Amino acid sequence: MSDAEQSTGATRGRSSSRAEKAARIRELLATEGEQIHGNVSVFNEGRYRRYAELDETEEYRAASRRIKEESIDRLPELIEEVTATVEANGGVVHLAEDASEANRILNEIVADAGAETVVKGKSMTTEEIEMNEALADAGVDTYETDLAEYVLQLADESPSHIASPAIHKSKAEIADLFEETFDPEAPLETAEELTAFASDQLADRIAEADVGITGANFITADTGTLALVTNEGNARKCIVTPDTHVAVAGVEKLVPSMEDLSPFFNLIGAAGAGQDVTAYLSLFTPPVETPAIDFEHPDVEGFGEATDREFHLVLLDNGRMAMREDEDLRETLYCVRCGACANSCANFQEVGGHAFGGETYSGGIATGWEAGVHGMDSAAEFNDLCTGCSRCVDACPVNIDIPWINTVVRDRLNEGADPSTFDHLVDGLSPDSESSGIGLGKRLFGNFETLATVGSRTAPVSNLVASSSIARRVLERVAGVDRRRELPQFARSTFSTWFNAREDVTIENPTRRVALYPDVYTEYIDPERGKSTVRVLEALGVDVMVPDVGGSGRAPLSQGMVTTASESAEAVAEALTEPIAADRDVVVIEPSDLAMFKREYERLLPEESFERLAGNSYEVLEYVYGLLEHGADRDAIAGPETAVTDSSNGERAIAYHSHCQQRTLDLEPYTVAVLEAVGYDVVTSDVECCGMAGSFGYKSEYYELSVAVGDRLRDQFTTDDRDERIVVASGTSCGDQLDSLLDRDSKHPIQLLDPVQQ
Amino acid sequence: MSGRVTRFEQSATQGPTTVDRIHADEFDDALADVLEGPAVGAPLPFEGVSLPQDVTRNPTPRELRNARIGVTPVGPAVADLGSVVVRSGAEGAEQISLYPDTHVAVLAASDIQPTIADAITEIGARVASGLTSAVLATGPSGTGDMGSVVYGAHGPSSVHVIVLEDR
Ligand code: SF4
Repeated sequence: MSDAEQSTGATRGRSSSRAEKAARIRELLATEGEQIHGNVSVFNEGRYRRYAELDETEEYRAASRRIKEESIDRLPELIEEVTATVEANGGVVHLAEDASEANRILNEIVADAGAETVVKGKSMTTEEIEMNEALADAGVDTYETDLAEYVLQLADESPSHIASPAIHKSKAEIADLFEETFDPEAPLETAEELTAFASDQLADRIAEADVGITGANFITADTGTLALVTNEGNARKCIVTPDTHVAVAGVEKLVPSMEDLSPFFNLIGAAGAGQDVTAYLSLFTPPVETPAIDFEHPDVEGFGEATDREFHLVLLDNGRMAMREDEDLRETLYCVRCGACANSCANFQEVGGHAFGGETYSGGIATGWEAGVHGMDSAAEFNDLCTGCSRCVDACPVNIDIPWINTVVRDRLNEGADPSTFDHLVDGLSPDSESSGIGLGKRLFGNFETLATVGSRTAPVSNLVASSSIARRVLERVAGVDRRRELPQFARSTFSTWFNAREDVTIENPTRRVALYPDVYTEYIDPERGKSTVRVLEALGVDVMVPDVGGSGRAPLSQGMVTTASESAEAVAEALTEPIAADRDVVVIEPSDLAMFKREYERLLPEESFERLAGNSYEVLEYVYGLLEHGADRDAIAGPETAVTDSSNGERAIAYHSHCQQRTLDLEPYTVAVLEAVGYDVVTSDVECCGMAGSFGYKSEYYELSVAVGDRLRDQFTTDDRDERIVVASGTSCGDQLDSLLDRDSKHPIQLLDPVQQ
Repeated sequence: MSGRVTRFEQSATQGPTTVDRIHADEFDDALADVLEGPAVGAPLPFEGVSLPQDVTRNPTPRELRNARIGVTPVGPAVADLGSVVVRSGAEGAEQISLYPDTHVAVLAASDIQPTIADAITEIGARVASGLTSAVLATGPSGTGDMGSVVYGAHGPSSVHVIVLEDR
């Protein structure tokens, strides 16, 4: 085969795997999407409700975090301690280095117990090691007793959610499954009938089982106590009914003491499903004194005296100790597997864990788990589905920076990827220092700033060329940019050019002095919002300058190009040092760039430099809010009566979509407050993300998912009482997405406040 | 004290749990009101209170599985959440609270703690002196796995707490 043929093959491979991915996502959107969306939305709303209702949510989150940090830090010591405690209690501890060792141990225990059948409580860790299969190979039947796991076992399907594994299954599907499997006398229809039927079946399995196997949510090293967080009661039965109990748990489940459990207990039900608390928080310190129940001798009194019980604790490493040594993956070990990061994820809500998941784990944190326990290939399957929107960061009960874990793994996947034969096509446009195996699409999006500079310089020709049908086809095949997406139109004249060319404006006795950050979108694509910002700030008595500074690194970071992003971060920090030293506040229009300054730069910059920038940066409407609060003249800026942007003459009603990262920074309320203060009536969306998420919605394999996520937002803004409202969005990509979904154009909020006729 | 009982009652009855506040000398009547069908029970350690004859102690496996009602002592309890702790030893309170359809939980008012943290501290002390099984139960067992929320998955479908206000 010649080189040329080879390279065509390589490209075709890339675009056909894109097509396969797109097909898989399309199928899940159609088959499981609605069911998953309905279920996880309830969990998601419940978490918001409960987190808001509890006064101590943040205290519990901080305490949980602290305890996990300490536990993982002291892990080797805790393993020794728990081994001694459990053995003193009369149990046996086994340390399994990997899945096969764990299964060997489990098979030995089960064989020693002479077991024919095993009943099991829900345990993702036993899914991770594929224990059921290993026991089956040795001739032992394992019955799942958690009702969701039972359904999956009957259907021979894999979990679609880390905490609620059968979340993709509807009542009707479960009814059909039971009908086919058991052919029951009376038809099973209601949830009550299905539950009662399944519980009855499982009561028999529990009664006849020789061994009960469960996981554990926490294990206290000081007392050897297993804490289980459950609702059904099946794990309790599996533990106290047979006379042999085996707990299988990752080593990360260890905490120092019983006293450490309460912050988790207070939060875990809320985090997972918005429950005030789960039905059962069980604390077993096995072997338990409570006698086993011998259903083989149903008429012999069994209580009154403790029976001889056996207890085994299998502690699983399977990559965890290595994760502990890995600065970036270590945080994954703090995860308590509540599922909140999945529930709060707009992409997950549409497709569930069968797309957004690896071999065992699913949702945002799965990238960390899969990379750690199954390896990079498993993580690579779904890592792209994290768009970095950061909504899960507010949801996670242990404050894990889930987007960062996704970014780091993406970076490592980039490093390991094979260089594409077509890389030279984008080389000129992608002056990054990343290894060349990244993939053209990633490099193209990651170097958006360079693309925008060239595009703007050559506009409008570049716009015409880019939108020609040939160019779109090439872009789709080579770089995976979906043809159905409208490309951003580059402005001929940049925002800074406008600013520097205009007549000097002197603000007498300015109240504040601002360095307005010219983000890439404002600079090259939408200078108008920059101009509005300047006019609004000046009208409020602020002296504005626009520093000469480049992109924040958001674009490369979103593609996992950490080195490139770090370089951008350093350049930005350096360029803004002087304005900050000269007492200027940094005002940022684009929320995703502000989020870089306030969140991600902590990872990319030295502490002092990060703190200086983060501490002096403001989102533009947050800043306007502050000015108004400190006495700036509200009448100096426009309101509904005076705003003259084309769609807003006299219209007072606004539908506002805040940006995902802006919401994570708790900055949405400022925009709403300012718009209300000048006289607008504001309703807001409550979707987690618009679905565009920077470059995500441009990628051909994810286009349909992006639109499915966006459709939820469209639905909220096209109800009868909303479809006339002015559409306002803070983020560029949210604006683009809204423009493509709605037949009315969106505005940045600052444009409604612009006092000057355009 | 009665403030705490009220708080407990309010929290517990937000869900499907029912609460009856009585004095110890009213216990026989209060229990008779809720006994329906075969009942099993674990011994009650409260002064002046004991299980009536028709509640089977030390049940066989068959009696346990056929029982409609399981009566056990509980404590501590959590006022904030309406949770009760089933402590179990050789008398089998764990199974008796778990297998029958209805769990009748008998609680001394003095055992009600304000928060989970307080309850855990108390459980911790008891674990240190040999307690091996303590379940903080809030309401009946439940599942959402079959399409909507159903009470009574593997455990009881209803929970009735009898609070002894003078104990
Ligand atoms: S990462 Fe956080 S939110 Fe996600 S499952 Fe783990 S603990 Fe829950």
